[in-house]
Amino acid sequence: MSHTLAAVIGVGQTHHRAKREDVSIAGLLREAVDRALADAQVTFDDIDAVVVGKAPDLFEGVMMPELYLAEALGAAGKPLLRVHTAGSVGGSTSIVAASLVEAGIHERVLTVAFEKQSESNAMWALSVPVPFIMPVHAGAGGYFAPHVRSYIRRSEAPNHIGAIVAAKDRQNALKNPYAHLHNADTTVESVLASQMLWDPIRYDETCPSSDGACALVIASEAAVERSDIKNPAWIHGTQMRSEPTTAAERDQVNPHAGREAAAALWKQAGISSPIDEIDCAEIYVPFSWFEPMWLENLGFAEQGDGWRLTEAGETALDGKIPVNMSGGVLSSNPIGASGMLRFAEASLQVMGEAGEHQVDGARKALGHAYGGGSQFFAMWVVGSDKPR
Amino acid sequence: MAELGTLHAPLKVEFDYTRSLGPTLSEFMSGLRRHQVVGGRLADGTVVVPPPEYDPQTLDPVKDLVPVADEGIVQSWTWVPEPVKGQPLDRPFAWALVLLDGADRPLLHAVAVDSSDAIETGLRVRARWSDEPAGAITDIRWFEPADVASTSSTTASTGSTTEAVDGIISPVHLDYDYAASPEESKFFRGLADGKILGQRCPKCQKVYVPPRGACPVDGVPTTDEVEVADHGTVTTFCIVNVPFLGQKIEPPYVSAYVLLDGADIAFLHLILGVEASEVRMGMRVKAVWKPRDEWGTTIENISHFEPTGEPDADFESYRIHL
Repeated sequence: MSHTLAAVIGVGQTHHRAKREDVSIAGLLREAVDRALADAQVTFDDIDAVVVGKAPDLFEGVMMPELYLAEALGAAGKPLLRVHTAGSVGGSTSIVAASLVEAGIHERVLTVAFEKQSESNAMWALSVPVPFIMPVHAGAGGYFAPHVRSYIRRSEAPNHIGAIVAAKDRQNALKNPYAHLHNADTTVESVLASQMLWDPIRYDETCPSSDGACALVIASEAAVERSDIKNPAWIHGTQMRSEPTTAAERDQVNPHAGREAAAALWKQAGISSPIDEIDCAEIYVPFSWFEPMWLENLGFAEQGDGWRLTEAGETALDGKIPVNMSGGVLSSNPIGASGMLRFAEASLQVMGEAGEHQVDGARKALGHAYGGGSQFFAMWVVGSDKPR
Repeated sequence: MAELGTLHAPLKVEFDYTRSLGPTLSEFMSGLRRHQVVGGRLADGTVVVPPPEYDPQTLDPVKDLVPVADEGIVQSWTWVPEPVKGQPLDRPFAWALVLLDGADRPLLHAVAVDSSDAIETGLRVRARWSDEPAGAITDIRWFEPADVASTSSTTASTGSTTEAVDGIISPVHLDYDYAASPEESKFFRGLADGKILGQRCPKCQKVYVPPRGACPVDGVPTTDEVEVADHGTVTTFCIVNVPFLGQKIEPPYVSAYVLLDGADIAFLHLILGVEASEVRMGMRVKAVWKPRDEWGTTIENISHFEPTGEPDADFESYRIHL
């Protein structure tokens, strides 16, 4: 299928915080948008369409926020789309924006995703009791903890693997000025000593609740050529898949949709051995154990072996496949933006603009997001060079 | 037997959202608290109330904030014959677009008049301010015809509050009539008879409990009703130690996937009668039903599950359910 080449030419994000009481939702988005436009060396006049993403409306209690945001996002007179795929929305929003360029419909698309968690309580919003049903639900942690237990049992991983991930991501976050958590003292031991929230998930193995936004400017090959941008992040492949939340014998540890999306992505990007050909990966890891789980789901490791990469330090910044160089979701979690932040970090890496958390010589990177009860998957590969 | 309707139950979703305003709307709300309406002057010179955060033409933040009058002219209106809870007035009133003196765009607000005959385009109206301003749009209780003698002061009684209003509470109350599907209704009615009813997919033969009317894998109706046992195997679980808003069960508690014998999908329930730290994957458990006179059409007829004392199920027997 022939299509126009597209590239990320601008990345912007907020300094993610627990509470941004000094700005409205619109103001929060504009911080990210203004930074992305400046980074792309364009203005609103150069933008053809705007694609916005966020997680469920109950999180801030603003129904269809895209209506109220049209003005702040400079969308008047242009197409404005809102995407929603729960926690993966930042990823799928980026892909919808990229598709509009790749399809030859628009030259430059602005895409932005956000969450202002301080306006509400996501745990409450995810646990509204449903009549007739047993009220045992306990937020996202309560949902995923049993599946983490299943992973540990299936893979026979040692108990401290989750703590290794948490300590690594928190240390990486120290190099990222935009990260919400800057906890210099986090070690494997301190994570293991932290409170057990949803056994087997500990407090320090859990993502924070953040206010934040992320924006990207995606441009066509022709628009890149007419610009002064010398280091765009070329989009080599994008994939999305979904599956039912519940089905008999559904694999919640290694979901089918994620495996299928990854296989299609590697094929599309011309990659035969991901661990050898991908230089670094930003993977959606809201609870630490999802790093080894997704390493397997994505094909960086054989089933049951993801934790061995983590344990051997191969996912650290200087490892074979650095994962979550930015500090990841474990260090910043404005839910709706979290997926786009993964896609943005992958872009920054291949643009060579990741600052202190830059992986030396990164030329091909993965951005990944998942959402719902592991039922939505979105991922892309970006590269320093144009795809062949 | 006559076909019973689906089960219904009220579902209330309510939350007080804490909305931060940002600099522009903060000035607007702070103004209201001192009985002053503030508009925003846009790049083209027009004054808009409330001030937009961003200029629709230049897209820059609106920073030129100017006071406007608290009275003006009705531009257009609609009559509300039956007010609902939470509206500015509890008697019939008008929603109107009011062009305040000094502004170029109208403000939407309520106008209190006795009947729809007493309002017309061009009517001059004046704000009726709250005596207890809070820094919210409701500080203007409503507008009323300007020829009515003003009964409230035009400046706020709480003049000492100089701190900016930087946020508002935005309460949301949603009242749903929750309806279970026909298949779920059968399931819940079965529970009222002490039975656990599932449905089998005619294609893949998997038994779904609760039934859902269609197989999510094959996309065909699940028509065959199957009664399953009230005992089974814990496939996986977590121990909830974290308290949170709206929680119905006091932590710590074990939230477990229970795969009932005869079913092909596990469902979440509570495990008691054993220390949380003793619960294991593969543990055999049985339903503990509440006293029969407490039963309704709900899964909560089963108070919880507790260990049967049988040996644990072999891992391979439930591995595919993880």
